[in-house]
Amino acid sequence: MTTVHAASSDRPVVTGEVLPRGRSTSLVDLANRAEWIRLETIRLIDQAGFGHYSSTFSAAEIFSVLYYHTLRLKPSDPQWEDRDRFLLGKGHIAVGLWPIFADLGFFPKEWLDTYGSIDSPITDHPNMVTAPGIDFSSGSLGHNLSVAVGIALAGRVHEKDYRTFVVTGDGELQEGQVWEAAMAGGHYGLSNLVAIVDANGFSGGGATSKTMNIEPLADRFASFGWRVEEINGSDVATLVETFDRIPADGTQPTCVIARTHKGAGVTLMEEAPQAWHMGWLKGEDRAQAEREINARIR
Amino acid sequence: MTDTTSPTGSGLADRAAEGTALPKTGTTMENVFSGDEAKKAPAAAGNVVGSTLAALADEGHDIVVVSADMGGAVGELRARHPGRYFDFGIAETNTMSAAAGLAASGITSFVLAMGPFGILKCAEQIRTDLASTHLPVRIIARSSGLAMGFFGTSHHAVEDIAIARSITGMTIAAPADNNAVEGVIRSTLDHRGPVYIRMSAPSLPGAEAVVYPEVPVFERGKFVTVRPGSDLTVIAVGNMVQASLVAAEQLAGEGISLNVIDAVYLKPLDEEAIVAAAGTTGRILTVEEHNEVGGLGSAVAEVIARRRLGAAIDVFALPDEDLKVALPGVLLPYYNLTPSGIADRARTLLEA
Repeated sequence: MTTVHAASSDRPVVTGEVLPRGRSTSLVDLANRAEWIRLETIRLIDQAGFGHYSSTFSAAEIFSVLYYHTLRLKPSDPQWEDRDRFLLGKGHIAVGLWPIFADLGFFPKEWLDTYGSIDSPITDHPNMVTAPGIDFSSGSLGHNLSVAVGIALAGRVHEKDYRTFVVTGDGELQEGQVWEAAMAGGHYGLSNLVAIVDANGFSGGGATSKTMNIEPLADRFASFGWRVEEINGSDVATLVETFDRIPADGTQPTCVIARTHKGAGVTLMEEAPQAWHMGWLKGEDRAQAEREINARIR
Repeated sequence: MTDTTSPTGSGLADRAAEGTALPKTGTTMENVFSGDEAKKAPAAAGNVVGSTLAALADEGHDIVVVSADMGGAVGELRARHPGRYFDFGIAETNTMSAAAGLAASGITSFVLAMGPFGILKCAEQIRTDLASTHLPVRIIARSSGLAMGFFGTSHHAVEDIAIARSITGMTIAAPADNNAVEGVIRSTLDHRGPVYIRMSAPSLPGAEAVVYPEVPVFERGKFVTVRPGSDLTVIAVGNMVQASLVAAEQLAGEGISLNVIDAVYLKPLDEEAIVAAAGTTGRILTVEEHNEVGGLGSAVAEVIARRRLGAAIDVFALPDEDLKVALPGVLLPYYNLTPSGIADRARTLLEA
């Protein structure tokens, strides 16, 4: 894996120091990172013996761009008070975060070897009490946008300029609490709040359009007072531009509807996204998936 | 107000027929929406909450108050610290989770909740977002028990202690009078993790007593003996502490000495105080405005059983059945949760 580095000379990135918001990282590196997240997801789930593949894969590019380009972080101090916050509403894809956190240095790389064991601090759904770098626990769908509203309001109380990002699933938007939070985000004009919908089209039980229609998402968030961008969520260049465009001094929260594909990047999962919501990829299937992913790394 | 209703509860119709029904005093319901200007004495507990929270902000504590359309009680705070109150409208679950987000940012957040729409409606948010995460959120549940009993079954809040007790990491405290309201808020300020503060209805006329002449300082997990005695121990919670003190005074005239304990902390539970009471009086009567399942009585009985204390116990609580709907001044006498009702149960336990 190529080391991610700052190309911009005026904002050097020094290990142990602050990684600034919107730091320069090449698009190739960001795309490669997403593929690496997929490979690590396969490896960690295999180690544990069970996990969520296809809904992690749909968010791989989102994770890559957030953690290697967008978020302001201080890896030596995951609790740094001025960091940008990240909450994973669809907590079942935390497996895709752990390799990133180990790589950034939030915790020792050896912790990855504990994934799946009973005492591991890194778990299927993220736990803020045990895992450095997790800004809030999740697991019960529909809570984290509300929590993020509280964190964004706290930024206002403390006069901090951090941003709070939340990734929600599209199925998660069927939860009523999400819309209470959307209402509050609009009411308080939380320009420091960004919701990213990983709109991969499926929940655990089937296509969201069939179980319970949630469209038109853009109109719905806009009607709650949000600034909405609807984009191709699998394209790192688009994600970079979209996150860079978030206004510094706005009056509205931003919702990025990232259109993605459940199981993205592995053909057998793209063809059967539901079958691979949860499972254990083994044998020739695993080998084929890894060949496919590796073939895209440049 | 009369407090001599028959325990079988056929009383209302009978008394109506006798022309003695429906006491016109002591039927107050607290207007939980009222602002600080509503200084009616029975509603004072809400005002104490408002003034205490405003004082905490004045003193520089990093607190916020949030609620789902319940901001009436915190007018002082809103006037003096407008940036430290957030209303989320009638959206309780969002309010609870947002309070967790504020707390995760280092702020002690107070959620003003209406009894049944706090812990009962938001149990999962409380467990997942406040308790599992060890966050400093204080839930102030106003009008618990039967305080809003006139509004219907939806407004009875008699399951909350049972729910709160079973949530790992939760501290539960219940003030017995207005001084205790401030005492509980201040004493729990530095506790780790969430605190559930159960606010009772104002005590009925005839069941009022000063439990704490001054603002008390409570020690986490410790009961308070509010009246020493030797024949029988009453462990009561919330407004039932006042009623128990009145009952103790009544019984003293009969030569019966009640030891009255304020279970100001329900979790952690003061097991040593229960052991001591079992040893000195041998008889324990618990009194609470809560379902008989899972509340104070259950907690005390578990200790007596687990520790093989061999004490006689009676759990005086609301029956586990569909509860009646009426003003508190009617409901509490109907269920005998009055000084003379408590005195009757104490006599019966003493004779057992």
